[in-house]
Amino acid sequence: MTAAPARAGTAIGMSGLTVRFSSRRSQTTALDDVSLDIEPGEFVTIVGPSGCGKSTLLKIVAGLVRPTSGEVSLLDRPVKGPQKEIGFVFQKAALLEWRGARANILLQAEMRGMDRAQAARRADELIEMTGLTGFEKALPHELSGGMQQRVALCRALLHSPPVLLMDEPFGALDALTREQMNAELHRIWRETGTTVVLVTHSIAEAVFLGTRVVVMSARPGRIIRTFPVELPAHRDYAQVMSDPRFDRLATDLRGLLGSAAANH
Amino acid sequence: MTENALDTAGRKAAAATAAGESAVPAGNSSTGGPGPSTVAGPPPGVGGRPPRPTLGRRALGLADSLWRPALVLAAFFAAWWFVAAQEYVPNYLVPTPVQVWTTMTDQWSELARHTLVTLYETVVGFVLAAALGLAAAVAIAYSRTLDKALYPIVLFAQVIPKIAIAPLLVVWFGLGFTPKIILAVLIAFFPVVISGVAGLRSTDPELLDLAATMGAGPWRTFRKIRFPNALPHLMAGLKVAVTLAVVGAVVGEFVGASEGLGYVLLLANGNLDSALLFADLILMSGIGIVLFVLVEIAEALLIPWHASRRAGVPLTTS
Ligand SMILES: Nc1ncnc2c1ncn2[C@@H]1O[C@H](COP(=O)(O)OP(=O)(O)OP(=O)(O)O)[C@@H](O)[C@H]1O
Ligand SMILES: [Mg+2]
Repeated sequence: MTAAPARAGTAIGMSGLTVRFSSRRSQTTALDDVSLDIEPGEFVTIVGPSGCGKSTLLKIVAGLVRPTSGEVSLLDRPVKGPQKEIGFVFQKAALLEWRGARANILLQAEMRGMDRAQAARRADELIEMTGLTGFEKALPHELSGGMQQRVALCRALLHSPPVLLMDEPFGALDALTREQMNAELHRIWRETGTTVVLVTHSIAEAVFLGTRVVVMSARPGRIIRTFPVELPAHRDYAQVMSDPRFDRLATDLRGLLGSAAANH
Repeated sequence: MTENALDTAGRKAAAATAAGESAVPAGNSSTGGPGPSTVAGPPPGVGGRPPRPTLGRRALGLADSLWRPALVLAAFFAAWWFVAAQEYVPNYLVPTPVQVWTTMTDQWSELARHTLVTLYETVVGFVLAAALGLAAAVAIAYSRTLDKALYPIVLFAQVIPKIAIAPLLVVWFGLGFTPKIILAVLIAFFPVVISGVAGLRSTDPELLDLAATMGAGPWRTFRKIRFPNALPHLMAGLKVAVTLAVVGAVVGEFVGASEGLGYVLLLANGNLDSALLFADLILMSGIGIVLFVLVEIAEALLIPWHASRRAGVPLTTS
């Protein structure tokens, strides 16, 4: 079930992606000529001002939004429709209100027709790992926002996808839980070799998790710069926070993001 | 700004809707008892959730919600009895409750037979309307062509006073069950279609995106996401439909019948037998109430989580 860590070719290839949304009243250019190649096993984090097209970018990779022009490939195959070799964590938790936490996680297995017993075991592991034990039967409205988001994360991990796309997955969490989840996600990534693309508004999160940080400009969204993160592959939260390289990169990013927002 | 407003509105709509599939223990559902409304929950890993209310507490909750309407009804009967017994109104116009009761017990075997006839027409009409209405709703929600071709007609057909079709139906289908059932179907169909379409359309697009990334086909997406999500809307429509089905059956009997409560009503009217008239009315209302409560119970069983989010009295059209 686990993805092969070393895979030839690119995990995700984007070239010249442009997206325009037109309605009767206005036309929005959400993305403008975005090109980015992501190697298998990379952890790419994307930061940028609100409305710059980050969510749209992820949806294009997932095959949920068709670009106006440009090419996308996933695992060396052109993306033409919705992709299923992925796990997607949406900006909103997007849970089924009538299902308990565990049943929501198992939706993934039911929709894919996975082996029930195996999926159930994996679900229990994930519940334990994300600290949802005791809330297996709780309905979404009985869970806090952060817990809902953790359920959504478990659901995206259930089938051990080779590519994980995450849209601000920890935005609703308190700082402490967020750090724990960051550390957890880092561990999952190291152990599975999954390719991850994560959108975030937190510079600390982007640097701690990423092997590469991509900075986007305000609308129309372009990639202004990508920063390789020169930190060890195996990271510890406290250590990273006190690492001077972390500070330097965070300061650079903050400056760049500030000007990206101001230019608008 | 607008984006946010829309988003919130959408979420509210989604919260107001959505529906049930198994997996959920029948919780503090229809009784609206003093159960826990939200459980923010202790920090991760610590403890579980408070227990759901017991049967006893649910019964208490039910009693709590019923005593007020019961009191109003009792007051109404007392006033009726007083007015009729004092003959403020002539007895041939308003009989006393006792007279109505005697009529009902004396003629019980006859009345029971007529009640069963009307009940049969109503139930068959309602079930057909529910099945056809749901099928039409699915077709309209899934096919743009049918949406454009069928939906305007369904909406427009609602303008035709269906009661006025009754004589025609009798001419076509005679005095048997058929015209009554058809009339019940025609009247009850509309709320089912409207609520079904609204429910099926209320699915959060993000959930449909999610289903697509899970590689699920349309049938699985319908069964696991769209249909359960539509259930609360649909059940609300069915509750309206079931009471309308009674109207359809009775009106059908008015126009031409040799049995059924509508037929008895016309007879009693002709004979100025107000006690029988009242007894008949009570039986008709009884059919409506019993069927409505059955749909309520079905709702509580199908979508317990939805009922549990709805504060207050059980017997409401959500
Ligand atoms: N379906 C759509 N129809 C029309 N416009 C859209 C649609 N989806 C996105 N947009 C527009 O495209 C732009 C980018 O949206 P997107 O959601 O990708 O931004 P984002 O970077 O994820 O923002 P945030 O950080 O606030 O989540 C926005 O201006 C938005 O209004
Ligand atoms: Mg976004």
